[in-house]
Amino acid sequence: MLEVRDIFKTYENKPLLRGISFSVAQGETICLLGASGSGKSTLLRMIAGLEFPESGHILFNQIDLAQTPPHLRDFGLVFQDYGLFPHLNIFDNVAFGLKMRNIPAAQINSRVTEMLDLVNLQGFENRKVTDLSGGEQQRVALARALAPSPRLLMFDEPFGALDKSLKEDLLNQIRAILHKTKIPAIYVTHDQDEAFTIADRILFLHDGEIIRDGTPDEVWNHPNSVHAARMLGMGNVVEGKVLEMKEERGKIKVFSEIGTLDVECGHNHSTGDNVSLLIRQSGEGEEIKLTVEDVLFDRDQFQVKTGSAALSGEAVSKGGLVIHMKDAPKIGEIIRVRVKVECLA
Amino acid sequence: MNSERKNFFQNVYTSIRVYLSTLFHSSISRILLWFAPILFLLVFFFQPLARIITLAFDSSAFTQKNFDIILSVAGFTFYQAILSTVLTFVLGLPSAVLFSRFNFRGKSLLRALTAVPFMLPTVVVAAAFNSLIPSQTSYTSDTFPFILILTAHVFYNTTIVIRIVGNALSRLDPKLEAAARSLGADSFHVWKNITLPLLRPSLLAAALLVFMFDFTSFGVILLLGGSNFSTLEVEIYLRVLKLPNLPLAALLSIVQLIFTLIFSILYTRTINQVTTQTAPRFSASRPPKTIRERIFVFTFYLLLVTFFALPLISLPIRSLTRLEADRGQRGEVQYGFTTDYYKELFINRRGSLFYVPPIQAAANSLGYASFTVFLSLALGYPAAYALAKPTRLEKFLDPLIMLPLGSSAVMLGLGFIISFGRSLASPWFVPIAHTLVALPFVIRTLQPALASIPERLRQAASTLGASPFRVWQTVDFPILSRATLSAATFAFTVSLGEFGATLLLTRPEYPTIPIAIQRFLSQPGGLNFGQAMAMATLLMLLTTLAILAIEKLRLSDSGEF
Repeated sequence: MLEVRDIFKTYENKPLLRGISFSVAQGETICLLGASGSGKSTLLRMIAGLEFPESGHILFNQIDLAQTPPHLRDFGLVFQDYGLFPHLNIFDNVAFGLKMRNIPAAQINSRVTEMLDLVNLQGFENRKVTDLSGGEQQRVALARALAPSPRLLMFDEPFGALDKSLKEDLLNQIRAILHKTKIPAIYVTHDQDEAFTIADRILFLHDGEIIRDGTPDEVWNHPNSVHAARMLGMGNVVEGKVLEMKEERGKIKVFSEIGTLDVECGHNHSTGDNVSLLIRQSGEGEEIKLTVEDVLFDRDQFQVKTGSAALSGEAVSKGGLVIHMKDAPKIGEIIRVRVKVECLA
Repeated sequence: MNSERKNFFQNVYTSIRVYLSTLFHSSISRILLWFAPILFLLVFFFQPLARIITLAFDSSAFTQKNFDIILSVAGFTFYQAILSTVLTFVLGLPSAVLFSRFNFRGKSLLRALTAVPFMLPTVVVAAAFNSLIPSQTSYTSDTFPFILILTAHVFYNTTIVIRIVGNALSRLDPKLEAAARSLGADSFHVWKNITLPLLRPSLLAAALLVFMFDFTSFGVILLLGGSNFSTLEVEIYLRVLKLPNLPLAALLSIVQLIFTLIFSILYTRTINQVTTQTAPRFSASRPPKTIRERIFVFTFYLLLVTFFALPLISLPIRSLTRLEADRGQRGEVQYGFTTDYYKELFINRRGSLFYVPPIQAAANSLGYASFTVFLSLALGYPAAYALAKPTRLEKFLDPLIMLPLGSSAVMLGLGFIISFGRSLASPWFVPIAHTLVALPFVIRTLQPALASIPERLRQAASTLGASPFRVWQTVDFPILSRATLSAATFAFTVSLGEFGATLLLTRPEYPTIPIAIQRFLSQPGGLNFGQAMAMATLLMLLTTLAILAIEKLRLSDSGEF
């Protein structure tokens, strides 16, 4: 359906997007995950036709959209902080896109009612925008974007200002609606929780490039890069040096801050390379020793900050790993933890 | 027993003292603060106003002839005001778009240029437009002076449209237009369904304000239109000095007052709607990109520079150029560059318009302006102090204090003539009238500065051992000095340029600069015209310096008028 090819864009003479390519299939929801300022909103605005790439193409059903102005693209866009028209009531907001398409009034009426039903705002037609709560405004924005049955729906950090439980509620609603309507969708956010809830596929945007593209479980299990791991909130990344290549394919031995470890690796490293390792607690992994530096209560478990452990050899851990334990250890105690180690780069 | 008694008396004493001091602080001090300003307004504003009303409803005013005059004058006043407002929007709206949507070189300078006329005295603007006319031609038709009047109104008020509508445009969330476009609206529908409705309050507010200024325009119409154009304001002046009929003048003032009050109430309502839309400012302005945008920016840039700079430049040039023979001058006339018109200002010629050298008018103006500054600060300070912490009393008094703004200067003059007819020989009435005009501005400048001083600062200073005077000296004064200077400059400028009231009140031997300009302009001959240009150039310089001073002193740019 939608195909984005090799998009380049600079912002204030600095490269913002450096060759972005991806596609979205019928009924698929993809999520662009990136830090603020990574250019993800710009990318969305370019697909909507509100901005233009310096080079590259945006195609829909194999038709290049370069010459198509935004109002003829038939793409819906849900904005961060909603962008509802303050001078119109809820009915007129939702009906706006339909009126622009010169749809007969009777049809507009029934479509608006249908949309307000869909987002659970029955009877809100004559309310003022300013009288609604943030969550209600967001649902109106969704109804407004959905009403003209767009060929593609885009969300630009739509829940930035909402609290967590409300966000989860709305995300599930959107997910259900998207599945029902089969409209392909692009969802832009910097929040990994949102991304995992909504997306069929997650794209990591970093430094103007897409550094990872995969289903939620693929990217969770194999972030494949330091930046992706960081974006997923995986803080336990340590630096190391490849000591030797194992005979078994995809296995290397690495000397690192927390000791010498056997590591799974899909890259083509050779002995002496610097690597970054992702450390994850796991029942069947390798055992390492760590010194407890601080213990924090974290609901049903304890968050344990660790420092340099008494390790074999001259290994000294600089930053501490953060691990979770059922029982609180004492500060200064040396604990044994089983971890799975993965090479990120 | 003894100590218990002592304690009891001490308690009683303390509570009486606390009670007295709260009483003092709540009402007595407020009454003291209000005493002078209210007395001043009662004597010099409300009393004359009451006299005007009494005179207007005198049965002798209600004649068919008077009604006919009022009807035709009011008709023309509306006609020219509506036409001027429309023309102001024709230039102002694209300029508002230019300033709020595009970035280009010299933008802030051009913006400042468009704002200059608004602060200039009417006589300067009138003189500047006169300087554009090739020579003192006598017109065969009324069309040309009428066009001149309309152009001067556009020249004056375009900045209002640029400020109010431009601000609203730059506060307009660009996301709303983007949302409309993504929902299928083309440029026309975005403008019609989103931009225009969202701008409506600011368009209405700007239109009302421009209309109000055009409606009450006096100097421009009198000095550019000659005797053929009579607005309500001009007619009041004529019925006081030229064709005396005070009851008719009073009736005209009441009609005028009612209209301006209606417009200002409407304006206040709409501007409140504008300011309640407190969206953050969006930096939506960018360099022009497409060819159409470039042509638009270039065209309006040139247009605005020409329109606003031309009269302002032409005035000083004409003051230094001889284009025609002076009256009575015979033989070879030296055309071209001359400083004669300035030199003449210092010479007391027999048969001249004055009994004194014309430059004496400048001395008079400066004297009046200084007194106006003194008086308006002396009255404005206590009122501003009271208004800084408003109680119910202040909520009631605040609109009364501002009422003189709604009445025209000519009407103030008329009121003085009716109330103090005999004692008007005294030159003091001119600065008193100027103070009435300046006082609302002075109070509005001082009040926010006073209100911005947190009480905690004063409390901190006094707990650290400062006496009330030291508190004022170390806390209030440093914060207030800028506002005071700004208010003083404002009062000074108002007095320098005031024309309407002065024209009615001034004694022939005490002309001010604007009066001198008016007299020179109304006399034939190149020398008189040249001297008018020279005088107006001096006034323009003085006012420009004052405007620059105010701009430097202004604490923050509020954008509203």
